[in-house]
Amino acid sequence: MSDIEQIPVTMTVNGKKVQRFVEPRTLLIHFLREDLNLTGPHIGCETSHCGACTVEMNGMSVKSCTLFAVQANDAELTTIEGMANADGTLSALQEGFRQMHGLQCGFCTPGMITRAHTLLQENPNPTEDEIRMGISGNLCRCTGYQNIVKAIQYAAAKLNGTDFQEAAE
Amino acid sequence: MIPGEFTYHRPSSVAEAVAILANHGDEARPLSGGHSLIPMMKLRMAAPEHLVDLGGIPTLKGISEDGDTISIGAMTTQHDLIDSGLLSAKLPIIAETSRLIADPQIRYVGTLGGNVANGDPGNDMPALMQCLDASYVLTGPDGERQVAARAFYEAAYFTALAPEEILTSVRIPVPAAGHGYAYEKLKRKVGDYATAAAAIVLTMNGGTVGTCSVALTNVADTPLFASEAGQILTGSTLDAETVKRAVAAAEAITQPASDGRGPAEYRTKMAGIMVERALARAAERARS
Repeated sequence: MSDIEQIPVTMTVNGKKVQRFVEPRTLLIHFLREDLNLTGPHIGCETSHCGACTVEMNGMSVKSCTLFAVQANDAELTTIEGMANADGTLSALQEGFRQMHGLQCGFCTPGMITRAHTLLQENPNPTEDEIRMGISGNLCRCTGYQNIVKAIQYAAAKLNGTDFQEAAE
Repeated sequence: MIPGEFTYHRPSSVAEAVAILANHGDEARPLSGGHSLIPMMKLRMAAPEHLVDLGGIPTLKGISEDGDTISIGAMTTQHDLIDSGLLSAKLPIIAETSRLIADPQIRYVGTLGGNVANGDPGNDMPALMQCLDASYVLTGPDGERQVAARAFYEAAYFTALAPEEILTSVRIPVPAAGHGYAYEKLKRKVGDYATAAAAIVLTMNGGTVGTCSVALTNVADTPLFASEAGQILTGSTLDAETVKRAVAAAEAITQPASDGRGPAEYRTKMAGIMVERALARAAERARS
């Protein structure tokens, strides 16, 4: 057993306050998945390239494989588990991914949707280029990104109250 | 990939952080954004026994102007640099460079201080800071000292920073209003380090170059300030023959490694191309 002191952390995750003791070396992704049982954020590359572990922390998209849980002390976090509407229906982004076939195997989807959520908070009406640059830290090995971009455009249109006419490829 | 064990410290002042570092010497490392250090710790290539998280020190964040100098706190993130109205008015090359670093998630967390202090030759900010003639403020147990970015880098991961010191801020002399600038970076994909990159800041008087400074990223063990290239261009009209000589002078100081980004000869040539492109864009942007 380690003689390194466990450290208390408090954070608000998907609207709920949680308190735990963690080893300082515990990565945020492991804390979310193993301590809080939130397995939506995925462990993909583990080297901060793929973005599958993306969560929202204090309004920023972060890669939870490259942060220690102790660095998120006092933070507000949102994972894919917190993305649906309060009544349990799909959010505009989730609906967009469904309607536009924005996923195939689904591994990158939690990271894509949480990243796109922050992107639309900062830029509610992004151009296609801005979407592509905005999700450039998230890798997808199935879709070729085309339908992911359309899913985000669908969500932006829905949130802005305009029509999105294009069909999925 | 799980890092080795360490004791976590979260000081709330620079003095406290420096005291912890001084106490533990080589066994302690400061943590800023952590996007260089944490991956190294996960690979167990770095295993500090004490990690000093600078995230709880509010004075290390922020951008301010003091006369002809802009001061940027070490914990200011790339995202903050892109977002800053002051920088977009006075030093737009900083946001241009920040946008070419890593990806959006990493730019929310990665800091200017971490980028320049780490000594990784792949990082983009060190060459830019050399181009801008910035100074780094280093705070240790005996107080502050300033080291010019052009004198800070000794070898890959070796810098003038002592183990008990923290790089607390970066001071940049504001270039003349109407200066031209460009950071050109060749990379294989988003998030990659440069195959080669060049930073250029210049001023124009009529059709003649008034001042010109050139620096290169990731084509040697350290960032390179290409002083001779800058001198050749200064006073010229950017005629083809002078540009060719300046490009050759920049290429001559490179010593790139042959790696996945290409053989050394190719990367040297690409450094020259980046200088040429940055120069064309900077000249176009400069107001006479």
